[in-house]
Amino acid sequence: MTRLIDLKGAIFLSLLAAFCLAVPVLNLVVPEGSGLHLPTYLVSLFGKYLAYALLAVSLDLVWGYCGILSLGHGAFFALGGYAMGMYLMRQIGSRGVYGNPVLPDFMVFLNYKALPWYWYGFDHFAFAALMVLLVPGLLAFLFGWLAFRSRVTGVYLSIITQAMTYALMLAFFRNDMGLGGNNGLTDFKDLLGFNVQSQNFRVGIFVATGIALAFGYLIARAMTVSAYGKILIAVRDAESRTRFLGYRPEHFKTLAFTVSAMMAGVAGALYVPQVGIINPGEFAPGNSIEAVIWVAVGGRGTLVGAALGAVIVNYAKTILTGAMPDAWLFALGALFVVVTLFMPRGIVGTLMEKFGSRRAAATLPPEPEIAPKLAEEGQGS
Amino acid sequence: MTRLLALLFLLLSAPALAQGPDPYAQLAGDGYAEIEAGVAGLAASGDPRAGVILSALSDGRLLVRPSDKTLLIRQATGIVDARTGAPAQDDPALKPVRANNRVRRTIEASQGQLNLVSLDPAKRREAADAVFKARDAAALPALDTALAHEKDAAVKQAMTEARAAVLLAKPGTAEAEKLAAIPAIQARGDGDAMGILRGLGADPSEAVRAAAARGIAAIETRLAILGALQNVWYGISLGSVLLLAAIGLAITFGVMGVINMAHGEMVMLGAYTTYLVQEAIRTKAPALFPWSLAISIPCAFLVAGLVGVLIERFVIRFLYGRPLETLLATFGVSLVLQQAVRSIFGPTNREVGAPAFMSGAFDFYGLSVTWGRMWIILFSMAVFLGLLFVLRKTSFGLKTRAVTQNRRMAAAMGIRTPYVDALTFGLGSGIAGIAGVALSQIDNVSPNLGQGYIIDSFLVVVFGGVGNLWGTLVAALTLGVVNKLAEPYIGAVLAKIGLLIFIILFIQKRPRGLFALKGRAVES
Repeated sequence: MTRLIDLKGAIFLSLLAAFCLAVPVLNLVVPEGSGLHLPTYLVSLFGKYLAYALLAVSLDLVWGYCGILSLGHGAFFALGGYAMGMYLMRQIGSRGVYGNPVLPDFMVFLNYKALPWYWYGFDHFAFAALMVLLVPGLLAFLFGWLAFRSRVTGVYLSIITQAMTYALMLAFFRNDMGLGGNNGLTDFKDLLGFNVQSQNFRVGIFVATGIALAFGYLIARAMTVSAYGKILIAVRDAESRTRFLGYRPEHFKTLAFTVSAMMAGVAGALYVPQVGIINPGEFAPGNSIEAVIWVAVGGRGTLVGAALGAVIVNYAKTILTGAMPDAWLFALGALFVVVTLFMPRGIVGTLMEKFGSRRAAATLPPEPEIAPKLAEEGQGS
Repeated sequence: MTRLLALLFLLLSAPALAQGPDPYAQLAGDGYAEIEAGVAGLAASGDPRAGVILSALSDGRLLVRPSDKTLLIRQATGIVDARTGAPAQDDPALKPVRANNRVRRTIEASQGQLNLVSLDPAKRREAADAVFKARDAAALPALDTALAHEKDAAVKQAMTEARAAVLLAKPGTAEAEKLAAIPAIQARGDGDAMGILRGLGADPSEAVRAAAARGIAAIETRLAILGALQNVWYGISLGSVLLLAAIGLAITFGVMGVINMAHGEMVMLGAYTTYLVQEAIRTKAPALFPWSLAISIPCAFLVAGLVGVLIERFVIRFLYGRPLETLLATFGVSLVLQQAVRSIFGPTNREVGAPAFMSGAFDFYGLSVTWGRMWIILFSMAVFLGLLFVLRKTSFGLKTRAVTQNRRMAAAMGIRTPYVDALTFGLGSGIAGIAGVALSQIDNVSPNLGQGYIIDSFLVVVFGGVGNLWGTLVAALTLGVVNKLAEPYIGAVLAKIGLLIFIILFIQKRPRGLFALKGRAVES
């Protein structure tokens, strides 16, 4: 039995803990004039990275351990974000521009007479938190149950997950959807009584995101090192053989997909208060593909690598879009090509191969064998 | 010949009818009432000069010589005699014949009647339509005369409709006449006809009301069918656009199994090539502009095809058999291409002009068909058939299929598989470039052009069945038509969402698409 917290997990969790301690100290305790002081906007930026890291861990759970390349994880992330956004909208109350105690501003603007039924309950945090888990979870369960039962795999699955997030994006862009149309939900005031603009809240939600990431990692890790996880890896590497051994791959895949979607939903819910807006652009298929590259850069099938990849790529994005806005897409595009061609195992995967134990490396996704053969063939002819 | 005879008949009979005062004398008279009577008399006389004289009067070019009351017309070439058309002496004493609004109205009505006997069928038809619209009872006698001599079937029908419309609008028409007129209106079958029949709802006669109601029902059915046909046409048009966008992907994804996320960017490159070709033509050889699209097609094919070959050689070659990795790598390539085009041409839309043959529309049994759509449909079919020919009938197509079905065996037979791979990928990309030429005519040429088509293209190929060109054709047309038929009921966005959900569910039922290939080729 593999240990729940191995070496790389221990390093990751301690680094995360150190980060979650250092940032609040540098922001709250160190005085503003000091060179070590961390401005509040950076705290939110780091919080955003951690939310992305949680999304990447959730994606790695299905892609790295189960072979499901989901190009629709951005949809679960955005759905979680919308659930949180709806709660935040209801918290505004009569402080909106139109001062309506029940209806959010955009509804007053669009001549809504009453609150649509699906907004009921979102004034309670507990209900909203439940929805953050349930809405992405249910969608993923339904989608996964349908797709895995009929053995839709590989590329086909990727394409229909992409179609799913695209359809959701079109739907959320509609004003009739009652979720703010293309403006989305914004202008939030407070969460659980804390002002979302205040410094203390910013630090608080940053720490909360860090804790959520740690829990997300531990849940995913617990799943993958358990007996269940072994079968999940078996499904990834040889689905038919696993089926012939008497397992039902669709059950294993559906469970992983659902848990992963819930995790992505939580990431979205933590992301929204930090950026202050959620709009249908979050459903854009490009976002989901970008999340995939975070996982690929860090190393798929390592969990730690996924989180690391998300932080590294997004940090690079922040730096590059600030310094040379035009260069970012070139760099991101090149990253996609270079990582897939030259570093198929990602940063952490490559390190594990070099320095890790043989047994740990065995859980990595197998290196595809067809490419070398093709190269041989190319030379031969 | 018959036309001339008919005209002669009119000429001969007219003076007999108009036994009253000479209209020329009346026109030269003093009061407006006299001039108006002259206009009406001249129109009824059937005088071949009547049209010229009346238009001169309405333009203020009809002159009268006070000394002998002779009418003259001022033309660009000089003064002519109104009655004979012979040149005449200019004279400072000439006074224009005045016209007030009453006289002008009479002139307009008379010109309509004159046109009814014009030698030009198009003019006669126009006049009949004008009467139909105006429903002026005064035009009835002229209409009857013209109808009696009309030989052209289309014009005759227009006149019958006009006559029926006048009869139905005129108070005091007998019930039998009305009942006879209703079918003529019903046969017209458009919104105007429906309006006339609706107007009969308060008719005292029950038989007329019933006939009108039947007519309305018949017209409504006809219009509904026409509307549905129009939507099917729009659907075919949308389907042909989908086909164009997807057909290159049917090669790279369908035949080669490469998930080319940069496919949309190949389309975009084709559109930008069109833009560049047009710019070059505008500055260097404006006379060639009508041919700009034809010139762009091979250029776009070469540009996109070349980029495709480069992508294959430098990226995809290393990733065969790893479809998910190709997806990521080509997505990266698509980002780079988009940003490159954005850096070179700027983020805004580029103007691509449409040659004259792409604009305008024609009427096809009540369907309005625009030439632009027509050409795109024909073009997509031509591309489809051309590609089918290349794959089925050429040596290159044979090799492509061989490599696809069994790479090792093909290599053993002496086919240079890497070479075939590169060319096949170039072909698929080149076809995407050609699609870009057509899409530049209907979409904004911007760096994001390709992104709008990539998801749809994949869905078309997957829906149709991977590796099957006919499946792609059927899928594209089906999705296009279903989308357009659903649009009037649930709106464009919901129709699109519904279609996406349908495809997601369809893939569950038939994971290999509509027309799945059977045999070993699909086992992967």
